[in-house]
Amino acid sequence: MLKKTPLNETHRQMNAKMVDFGGWDMPLHYGSQLEEHHKVRQDAGMFDVSHMLPVDIKGDGTREFLRKLVANNVDKITVPGKALYTCMLTPQGGIIDDLIIYFLTESWFRIVVNAGTADKDVAWILKQRDALAPGLEITPRRDLAMIAVQGPNARAKVWQVLPGSQAVTEDLKIFQSTTLDHFFIARTGYTGEDGFEIILPAEEAPTFWKSLHAVGVAPAGLGARDTLRLEAGMNLYGQDMDESTSPLESGLNWTVDLKSERDFIGKQALLDSNPKQQLAGLVLLDRGVLRSHQKVVGQVNGQAFEGEITSGGFSPTINQSIALARIDAGVSPGDEVHVLVRDKQLRAKVVKYPFVRNGKVLI
Amino acid sequence: MSIPSDLKYTRSHEWVKIEADGTATVGITDHAQELLGDMVFVELPKVGDSFSQKQECAVAESVKAAADVYSPISGEVIEVNSALADSPEKINQDAFGSWLFKLKPGNPAELDGLLDAAGYQEVLDNEDH
Repeated sequence: MLKKTPLNETHRQMNAKMVDFGGWDMPLHYGSQLEEHHKVRQDAGMFDVSHMLPVDIKGDGTREFLRKLVANNVDKITVPGKALYTCMLTPQGGIIDDLIIYFLTESWFRIVVNAGTADKDVAWILKQRDALAPGLEITPRRDLAMIAVQGPNARAKVWQVLPGSQAVTEDLKIFQSTTLDHFFIARTGYTGEDGFEIILPAEEAPTFWKSLHAVGVAPAGLGARDTLRLEAGMNLYGQDMDESTSPLESGLNWTVDLKSERDFIGKQALLDSNPKQQLAGLVLLDRGVLRSHQKVVGQVNGQAFEGEITSGGFSPTINQSIALARIDAGVSPGDEVHVLVRDKQLRAKVVKYPFVRNGKVLI
Repeated sequence: MSIPSDLKYTRSHEWVKIEADGTATVGITDHAQELLGDMVFVELPKVGDSFSQKQECAVAESVKAAADVYSPISGEVIEVNSALADSPEKINQDAFGSWLFKLKPGNPAELDGLLDAAGYQEVLDNEDH
């Protein structure tokens, strides 16, 4: 039996093509994935991301607990509402999940974890809680829905339909959040565009979704979400990283704080490691489409290497195929590599990513 | 979308038009393009290539996936629709009007084994279950 979000019926009414996504019955698209992609880059689209799980962590010592639990440093978030992107690691330095932590008060932080890893994450967090901070209260919030409204006009559309929201969110910076009655509004996202991620009571989700639709926000499915996040150079858990890879091999060095005195789970393993791989951006020079698991071959200082595409696809904004690939750490932007596609070796150029941000092509 | 009655079909969702001169024009069905979603690339065979029946001979790539196209009959490729290289979305807009390649049949008897519109409709009906 597939799990359903509070918007399941609404998606069906809007003629969504539904797919099994890690045990959840989710919309893939509502007609055309490409149109949904462009709508987000050029105007405003919305995604049901209620399959992701908010988890509230409450009690004295929450900050201290999170200092130990995650690789990024929660001491960076001191203003209420401020958000932090981080990985949660195994003691061996592998990535259990990537998540966003919101600082609400010293005794209340909210984290949002991926759908596919939610059960594993909660079990891990409870285990660490029992060992490190037994007084903390950990509450998975399946009573909440989550809608991401993304695109250059996304914020204005939300202001149009949610009375009072403009006043409290107009001055929010990127990666800040606030609350409005029982709506939690964060200026975050997974598309490389401006917008909000809004957490709200499940029973209010269909009405809110329909009111956004009425002012021209296009429903967008998992298909567009994937091409948008790939263009934005954002990792997908389970594809670009997992428990067998470290953040230092996944383009996430910037999210790991190894400088402070603070100890965290996985820190020693990262300090002892000598990453020989990196996550690199590729742009296909020949015609074709890059896909995950295709083999990448090339040379560094005369030595042949083999790597693999972790996420690949067609970029609707650039009109070329792009990919993230795990390859030798010695490869630099500008280098040319080959990708094995069926019986052919196609040429690809290594580039710095993101590929696209705020509607602009960066490569 | 109705299934044109003047075409022949395969279980792997190719359509075949038998031309007056005996050659066979091949494309993918509307059902196939709907399953695949927005098309972004088509890899066509080369003129002069020979294929046996049910052999992989082209690849249709959408935003979602790459799908092999199988030769409905054995034969030699005599023409390819290179216009699809620049506008693969034509397959989404008009699957039955967007041919991929033309074959000179190696064994015309194979044409008789293809499905007619009613037979193909039955295949689709069974897929829905």
